[in-house]
This record gives sequence, structure tokens and C-alpha cells, in this order.
Amino acid sequence: MSSISRYLCLLMFTPLFSLAQSKISGKVTDSKKHPLPGVNIALKGSYDGATTTADGSFSFTTSATGDQVLSATLTNYQPLELKINTGSGEQLNIVLKNAVNALRVVTISAGSFEASDDKKGTVLKPLDIVTTAGAGADIANAIKTLPGAQQTNDREGLFVRGGTGYETQTLIDGMLVRNPFYSSLPDIPGRGRFSPFLFKGTTFSSGGYSAQYGQGLSSALILESIDLPERSSSSVGVSVIGVNAGVDNLSKDKKTSYGIEADYTNLAPYFNIVKPKNSPNLGPEIIGTSANFRHKTSRTGMLKFYGYGNWTKMGFNSNSLEYPGYTESFKLRNNNVYTNLTYRENIGHDWHLYLGASFSSNTDNIDADTLLKNPAPSLIKVTSNLSQSRVMFYKNLGRFSVLRLGGEYQYVEEKSAFNQNKANYSDNYTAAFAEGDIYFTPSFVGRVGGRAEYSSVLAKMDFAPRVSLAYKLNNYSQFSVAYGDYYQKPEPQYIRFDRNLGYMKATHYIVSYQRVAADYTFRTELFYKKYKDLVKTVPYYNNNGDGYAQGVELFWRDRKTFKNVDYWISYSYLDTKRDYLNYPYRVQPDFAANHTASIVYKHYLPKITTNLGLTYSFASGRPYYNPNQPADKFMSDRTITYNAVGVSASYLTSIRKAFTIFVLSVSNALGNKQVFGYHYSTDGLRRDEVVPNVPRFIYLGMFMNFGIDRRQDVINNL
Amino acid sequence: MKRFFLAFLLTGTMATAAMAQSAQYTDAMTKQTSDLDSSSTFNPDALQQKGNTFERIADAEKSQWLPYYYAAYTQVMQALMLKDKSQVDPIADRSEANLDKAEALSPKNSEIACIRSLIATARLTVDPMTRGQKYGADAAAQLQQAKALNPENPRVYMLQGQSLLYTPEQFGGSKSQAKTTLELALAKFAAFKPESTIAPHWGEGYTRMMLQASQK
Repeated sequence: MSSISRYLCLLMFTPLFSLAQSKISGKVTDSKKHPLPGVNIALKGSYDGATTTADGSFSFTTSATGDQVLSATLTNYQPLELKINTGSGEQLNIVLKNAVNALRVVTISAGSFEASDDKKGTVLKPLDIVTTAGAGADIANAIKTLPGAQQTNDREGLFVRGGTGYETQTLIDGMLVRNPFYSSLPDIPGRGRFSPFLFKGTTFSSGGYSAQYGQGLSSALILESIDLPERSSSSVGVSVIGVNAGVDNLSKDKKTSYGIEADYTNLAPYFNIVKPKNSPNLGPEIIGTSANFRHKTSRTGMLKFYGYGNWTKMGFNSNSLEYPGYTESFKLRNNNVYTNLTYRENIGHDWHLYLGASFSSNTDNIDADTLLKNPAPSLIKVTSNLSQSRVMFYKNLGRFSVLRLGGEYQYVEEKSAFNQNKANYSDNYTAAFAEGDIYFTPSFVGRVGGRAEYSSVLAKMDFAPRVSLAYKLNNYSQFSVAYGDYYQKPEPQYIRFDRNLGYMKATHYIVSYQRVAADYTFRTELFYKKYKDLVKTVPYYNNNGDGYAQGVELFWRDRKTFKNVDYWISYSYLDTKRDYLNYPYRVQPDFAANHTASIVYKHYLPKITTNLGLTYSFASGRPYYNPNQPADKFMSDRTITYNAVGVSASYLTSIRKAFTIFVLSVSNALGNKQVFGYHYSTDGLRRDEVVPNVPRFIYLGMFMNFGIDRRQDVINNL
Repeated sequence: MKRFFLAFLLTGTMATAAMAQSAQYTDAMTKQTSDLDSSSTFNPDALQQKGNTFERIADAEKSQWLPYYYAAYTQVMQALMLKDKSQVDPIADRSEANLDKAEALSPKNSEIACIRSLIATARLTVDPMTRGQKYGADAAAQLQQAKALNPENPRVYMLQGQSLLYTPEQFGGSKSQAKTTLELALAKFAAFKPESTIAPHWGEGYTRMMLQASQK
């Protein structure tokens, strides 16, 4: 500004200074009388005002006269306006109330661990799922480091709070995934079929989950796929067990994207060097492909397609337990296809629509030569096809409350053939649900809902009520309780032979407390679960089984205490007994350990851009069946305790223009002996330990990404 | 002819807008923007105070984009300097709200895109591990946008240089590239003529500081 205009200004303002100036002063506090610094005090319509100092006080002069409006604004507080008279000269006492924003309201939390970028107060971030050493970027393996899940590494699935793997359901964008794990060989678990990077949100519910979902007695793993990628990219990877490549393309208008990925895994060369306990006689080979398409149909509408196909063949020879000196062969060929199409749109008047459709098909061809005296090898073919559709309407009520109404329909065909013998059935399953999240106050919420289900093969209906309450004690802590009934159809292998079976039932009671601050999280839960109508196979198929599970769980995560270090510790105590299948009475089942604990440690070394990860898992001994024990000692033997240390190191660098990462990871690095149970020969004279097929797995890989920096993903991949 | 008429019309509007700026406004804004580059301004408390003052001017004027712009700028700088990262998002929200108002008054503005880039950077610092991908890309995209809107804006190159300087090399940062970009920024600063005394002109001193750092 030139000196002339400055002079002019001065001239123009001079008269003002001669006018009467009123002084306005006061103090701003919160509702608990704590002074609030930094508050913007403004006289509306003028520039006059001030910012409060450390003791909450303010003072300024104004030439405005008479009645005026004074405003007080501060981030995180509700703005306040009040009428004042400039001439009064009184000391103003202003009280600001906490702003009620979505980040501060209480959320339903009993029983669920949520990993999401979108929301605050989540215990985990999506990347945490894959940054866990020893988990091998497998969602279920990472979740096994959380309280509630068992270290059952001899069979696939999540065994939660005394429940079997069948009792956990996996859902992608609301649609059921029937075979989320690769088909497994006896005693060797299959890993998850899909990449964790496809999901922006993962919720692991260890109980008390919403009426939106059903048919899982214990637990639900709810996955939400990402919308549009940040930008286009392509990637290639090479490791000791296979290769993969993919492209992700985002259109110029950023409204449409598609991606395809393919991978090939062959473990045979690895097993030639590291001899496994059982030698492979087929593969092991996996071909995987996946495709996605996403389109933003409007400002609020989103259409998503996701599908994958996997082809697996693997087989192993093992030493026969029945006939020492002979080998038994087990070969498996699996084809699996999953597709999922969903659409979301805002349909006006605060109503939203969700539509979903999915088709999946899974076929296992098993060629088993396990009993030498059999006239011919057993050929088993099991196919299941599932078509499903889902519709949901939801409406926002007020600022935070939500009402959800919906229904789903599933048609499943279960085909099974054992040599020439066939046992097929199909089922029409229909369900309707209604649920409301009702905020009585911003710190007190209730979720009340119910679900009605009908299955044609069982010809039975059920109704499952669910209730959760959560109360926020302060900015960090909340207390919640949950209750719910859960029904599930018996496994296909039982319905196949007996259509008179009914639903199995579990009732959950959960009390939970959590404290989530920016740098640490503490959480504890008490639960009691009652099982009813479990399937029994002796003396005939019936629903007379029952049981219970109860326990306490702790979780502690800390990102603050040590620099560049993030760690969490979880501990679960489980007391469970059940009478099911061929059990003579209630006993602790062979998949349940009383004590389970995990420590996950992640350390970043910025100087050498390397991430180090370490995971230690512990489980007390599990029961196993010993035929040499008398009937009253059924399942009274225990295996040795389970100890596993997984380590991983990943180094980030650039090779020409590609961001590149090298990954080394070792499972069971210390080579601890792990025994999951024993198989006995029919006469009970010989037994065989159930142990991992390779005691220690060493993985080395290199991943390159062009276009987008996904190294952070890959670094966390192992 | 049509183009001429349009240009005439535009000049007319601009002239009216300029006329509307009262002496009180110009004076207050001159005072508030004069020490934006001074070191005494660069602490969270002083920035908050300045942000508040700009908000008061903005809300009294309502039709000027500059006070909203400066309110957003000082708030995002405050957010970037905060030790308590849990406060970053709410302040970034407030800064973004001011910037939206500025943009409504002055669409397709290179300076506003620069602040949007800073907001993305501030949000990134809350949790670089998980937010890096989204907000890193967003910050870079906003700078591209700012450059497309006005390739002569020195603050575009200054912010690009800053990003190159402070990003680890493995993530695409480079001291030598930072140096070239910052030198380019200084050249652009030398050639840059702000539209008025109160139009955005901050950043030259900071660019020199970063240039020194890039030469170490």
C-alpha cells in the first residue's frame, strides 16, 4: 500500500477514534468451568472481537453502540450467540457446550472389533490386518491375534468363543461367502481366498452381532469392499512359491474403475527342498483370478462388482496308521467361483436403498485311497451352488439414529456323491430383519432388532431378537452390553442324511468396557454363551446336543510408549463344554483351549526403510480323544501347549520407476514343536501326531508396483 | 466481438468488486497480511489468533474471498504445527469450510487449490501409515490442479519442493529435485506480481529456508 493511501486511511479512520469506544470483556469456560483459550469472540457485522487467552478471558473495544450480537466460536464446541449492550460494561460469562459430532458419539461396540479408516475410535486400521507378522496377509490369520479367536491351525476357519469354524460367517458387502477358505486337506488348513487389500473396512464380531446377519452361531466377519481406487496402477510379484500380476484402471472422470488380477502358486519346488512330513503327489498348485468393476452412478449412487475364481489341485501321501508300512493317498481338486454385485443409492427423504445379488459355486473332487482293504479308491464329489439376493432400506432419523429394514433370499444346491452313491438336496432360505439404532442422547445408544428366518429343507421358522446398549462415560471410555439369539442350519453333511433336523441355537450375553485414546486402546469383555439343539450323530441324528461357553478377554494396544513401535497384546480365557456329534456327554471340545494369548509387535526403522514384525502366539493344551481311556475319561487328555513366533522383515526401495519391496518372513521361527491332536488306529495301539506339514515356512518375495505407491501395502503384506 | 463484450463485462464486475472493498477492509487486511511471513506468527497460538481475526473480517464482509482464504491458510498452518494430532481433523474441517466459502466466491483459483493441498497434507500427518496413500495422492493432485489453473503461481512450486524435500527418498522424495523445484519457485516469486497488496504473497522466505535445507 502506498504511503498516500495509508495516509488516506488514517484520515478516514481518525473520526472514529474520536467517537466513544466501549470496552467489552469477559471469560469463556466449558460446562465444567474449565477456561477455554482460543475462542473467537466477534461482534456480528463488524471486525471487532478478540481471541480468548490461556485463562479464557477476552477484552476488546468497539465503536458500535447499543444492542449487538456477540458470537463465540471454537473448534469442537457448539457456537454461541448472545445479545449484549455495548454500553452496559458488564463482565460477560460465556459457557460453551461440547459439539456433538459423529466422532464423539457413542457407538455399538460390544463383541465387535472394527478396522476402518473412515471412523474414529476403531481398534484397528485395515492395514493392521495385514501388518501382522506370521499372518501371511491372511485376514483370518491376523484376526487370530485378537481376543476371542482360537489358535486352531490344524483346520481352517475362525473358532470363536467355544464355537466351531462353521459357526463363523463371512460376508462381503452384506453378501454371504460360503467358502471363504481354500479347500483343505486333512489336518492342513486352507487360507483365505481373497486379498485383504480389497477391503476398506473389516469388522470381526466375536458375538452379539446385528440382526442384519444370520446363520452364524458364534461370529461374523463383515468385509466392506473399497469404492474407487486412488489412481490407476499395475503390479507384479515374484516369490519362492509363485507369481502374480494385476492392473487397476481408474477412468479419467474418476467415476469408473476396473481391475483384474491373476496369480499362480506352486509349492512343489519348495517342497522338493524343504521336505514336508507328508510328501506331495499332486501339485500343490493354485491358479487364482479376480476381477472388479466399480461405477459411481450418481453423486450418491455406487455400483460394484467383485468376483473371483480359483482352481486348486493338491494331494499328499502319508504313512498309513492302520497298516504300518503302507502309504495312503489323498488328492483334492477344487474349483471355486464367487461373484458379488451390489448397488447403493440415496432415494430421497433420508431413505437409502441397498441391493445385492451373488452367485457362488464350489466343487471339491476328492480321490482318497485311505483304506487299503477297500475294493476301489473312494471318489468323493461335493458341489454347492449358492444364489442369493438381498435388499435393504435404511433411513436416517435425526442426526445419528438409523432404521434398517431388509430381507434376503438364498437358494442353495448341495450335491454330494460318494462313488456311485448320491445324496443331494436344495434349500430355499428366506429372512427378513428390522433394526433401529436409537440415540437416546449422544452418549447413550440402543440397538434393537429382530430377524425372522425360514428354511425349506428344515421346514422350520425361527425368530431371533437382538439388543445392544452402549453408554459413553467420557471422551475415551464406553461401556456396553449385548444380548441376542442366533440360529444356524446344521452342516450340509448332516442335513444330507436327515431332513428332520432343526436349527441349532446360541444365546449370547456380553458385557464390555473399552477405552480408546489416540495412542492406546484398552478393551475387556465378559461373555456367556448358551448352546441349544446342537447336532448329535449318536445314537441317531438328532438335535439333542447342548453346551455353554464363558470367559473373559483383554486387549491392549500401544502406539506411543516406544518410538516407531506399535504393539498389541490380547488374552482370552475360555471355559466351554459341549455335548455334540458323538460325544457321550458335555466335555471341552477338541478345538478349544482354555488360555490363548498373542503379542504382535511392529517396529519401523526409518533409516533403512525396513519394517520388522514379530508375532508370538500362545495357547494352552487342547483336549484330544484317546480311545484307550475309559468312557468317563472321554477327551480328558491334553496336547502340549502351543507356541509360535512369526517374524517378518520388509525392505522398501525403488528400482527405476517402480516402487519395490522385498519381503522375508518366517513362520514358527524358533521351531517350537506344535501338536494339535492325535489320530489313533482302530485298535488304539498306534497313534500319529497332528502337526503342521512343514514345521517352519520361509517365504521370500519381491513385489513391484508401477503408478501408485502401494509399497506400504506390500510391506505390510507379510 | 462476443469475446470482447465478455471481457468488458468481466472487467466491469471486477471493478465493481474492487470498488466494494472499503478502506476499512483494505486497511485491516493489509495489517493482518503484512506479518504472515514473520517468525512471530508461526506458532499455533498466534496462527489461531490470526485465523480468528480473518474469520471475523470474512463474516462481516461475506462477499470477499480473501479473508476466508487467509482464515483457511492460517488454520491449516496451525493444524500442521500441532503436537496433539487428535486436534488436526477438526481444525482441518474448519479450514476446509472457510475454503469452500472462498471457492464459492472465487472459483477455479490456483491459490485455493494450494491450500487444499496443505489440508490434505495436514490430514496425512495424523496417521501417515494408513492415510498416506489417500491424502498423499490428494495433496499432489491439488497441486497439479493449482498448476493447471495458474502455472505462474510460485506457491505451487514451493509446496511441490516442500513435498520432495520432506518425503523419504524411498517414497519418491529427492533433495536434488527439491532444490531444482525450489529454485524454480524463487524465480516465480521474483516474477510474481500479486493482484493487490492484500492478495496472496506469502512463502518466499520459507522457500529460501527450504532451499538451504535442500543443499545440505
